[in-house]
Amino acid sequence: MTSQRRTTIVAAVCLAVSMLASILLLNHIDQIRPQEIVEDSLYINSPKLLKRASLGFDGLMACIYWTRTVQYFGHRHYFHERTYNELAPLLEITTALDPHLFPAYQFGANFLAPAPPNGAGQPDRAIKLMEYGIRHNPDNWQLYYNLGFVYYTELKDYRRAAAVFNAGSKVPDAHPFMKVLAAQMAEHAEDFATARLLWSATYQSSNESNIRQNALEHLRAIQVDEDVTNLQAAVARFSASNGRPPTNIWELATAEHLPGVPVDPDGNPYELTLDGNVQVQHPDDFPFAKKGLPPGYEPPLKFHSKP
Amino acid sequence: MNARIAHIASNTFREAVRDRVLYNLIAFALLISAAAIFVGQISIDIERLVVVNLGLAAVSLFGVVIAIFIGIGLVSKEIEKRTLYTVLSRPVRRWEFIVGKFFGLAGTLVVNAFFMAIGVFGALLYVAHKFSAPDALILVALYFIVLEFLIICSLALLFSSFSSPLLSAVFAFSLFVIGSFADDLRGFAGLTHGFARWIATGAAYLVPNFSALNVISAVAHQQTIGSQLILQNTLYALFYTTMALSGAVLIFERRNLK
Repeated sequence: MTSQRRTTIVAAVCLAVSMLASILLLNHIDQIRPQEIVEDSLYINSPKLLKRASLGFDGLMACIYWTRTVQYFGHRHYFHERTYNELAPLLEITTALDPHLFPAYQFGANFLAPAPPNGAGQPDRAIKLMEYGIRHNPDNWQLYYNLGFVYYTELKDYRRAAAVFNAGSKVPDAHPFMKVLAAQMAEHAEDFATARLLWSATYQSSNESNIRQNALEHLRAIQVDEDVTNLQAAVARFSASNGRPPTNIWELATAEHLPGVPVDPDGNPYELTLDGNVQVQHPDDFPFAKKGLPPGYEPPLKFHSKP
Repeated sequence: MNARIAHIASNTFREAVRDRVLYNLIAFALLISAAAIFVGQISIDIERLVVVNLGLAAVSLFGVVIAIFIGIGLVSKEIEKRTLYTVLSRPVRRWEFIVGKFFGLAGTLVVNAFFMAIGVFGALLYVAHKFSAPDALILVALYFIVLEFLIICSLALLFSSFSSPLLSAVFAFSLFVIGSFADDLRGFAGLTHGFARWIATGAAYLVPNFSALNVISAVAHQQTIGSQLILQNTLYALFYTTMALSGAVLIFERRNLK
């Protein structure tokens, strides 16, 4: 073996061993490192400074910050974290860098507004974000829709929701359902029909699969809530006339002259507990349902919980 | 263009290719492919935006780096290798040498940008599955980037005509950064008074205004670019390039090469 060949072999082995060792070590270092400190550090939080530092490539910087926001939210959401301290600043930086980045507003409001663990529980910051978006994109009716949605779902402020939907309906090329939503908010805000209309509108107006899936889940949950409300009323009627609750769901269906056993959106019959409570068989399949759940039931992660 | 300028330009282009300048296309291809494939998995709803923003930013930055690092050596390398004396001993005027070098470098950058543009459109087709009419706006952004290259090339040559390669690189890169802040500089000039205002305004107009040539974000959002802006940016780039090249010629004509 020549000297050169020997050197080549030794160098190649050293290279491979060193690379493997450094990868293994890095894995160990990641495990012992205080992850939270790294995660929660936002070194530069001035949107203006970042815009200047981007040397005119602010669109690209906004995409990077938006991706960082998604990763931040996704990571904390996945690990059931209840604090999202950097979420609002990240979204504000993203939208300051590119005020026309619509996904940052649409998803941002969904990340910020819901209470933990589904979101950051900061509906006020979500509203600020959407108002900033509307100021910079006054011709986008979907931003009004998203803002009205936050007022409706998180703050239950139906008067403001109606005003926002109404303002959005006046934007050129706004979807006709904006007018309907404004009217519904004013008179029937708490009806199941209104909630169904809102989520149907979300489903129809978005091409994004995550948003459509989320809307579909909510529509299924509304169906369950409405069914359980009606069945619970039927149970009350049965108890009042018979002096006892029905023993099972079949007895209730017969007494109410229903065409069959009432079933949930998946086709599974509702169950009746001994104390007369109506429940779904598989509560995990309806993560947004508020009714028909076993006592003490903790729902699984909601937003984007399904692929 | 006269034959002597054309010869110098083609030699400059060949030399750049021989120096493996176009190898940057491989890095670009990897970058844009990775962005197109992976961004959809780690982000939400910005695949197209990333391809356009990242693609055009990469075209611009790769080109600027090539323009600076080749441009600064165009004159000094010829002096160092003593090939300049061979060239100038023939019936070649010094200004023809400078202009030929400029066209050679500009040609290299245009070819480079052309291949990168194919990459950007390829990645766009991958993520969007089809082209739409507003995608043609990307060509406008690419055109503005080429105009930016012309300015940078001329500035690199200007500095190269009187300074060392290292200092030329520092000057050219600094001007690129300052030029990216040209709008802020003009705003700052508006806030000052008296003599400072004259100085600041003069500086704001003297540095190249690269921010006017940057329409990447607008194009990414499919916003139309007015024909007046295209025309006036073209004229601005041509005048600025001519100004810098004239400066380079003036200095190089008087430079003592002994």
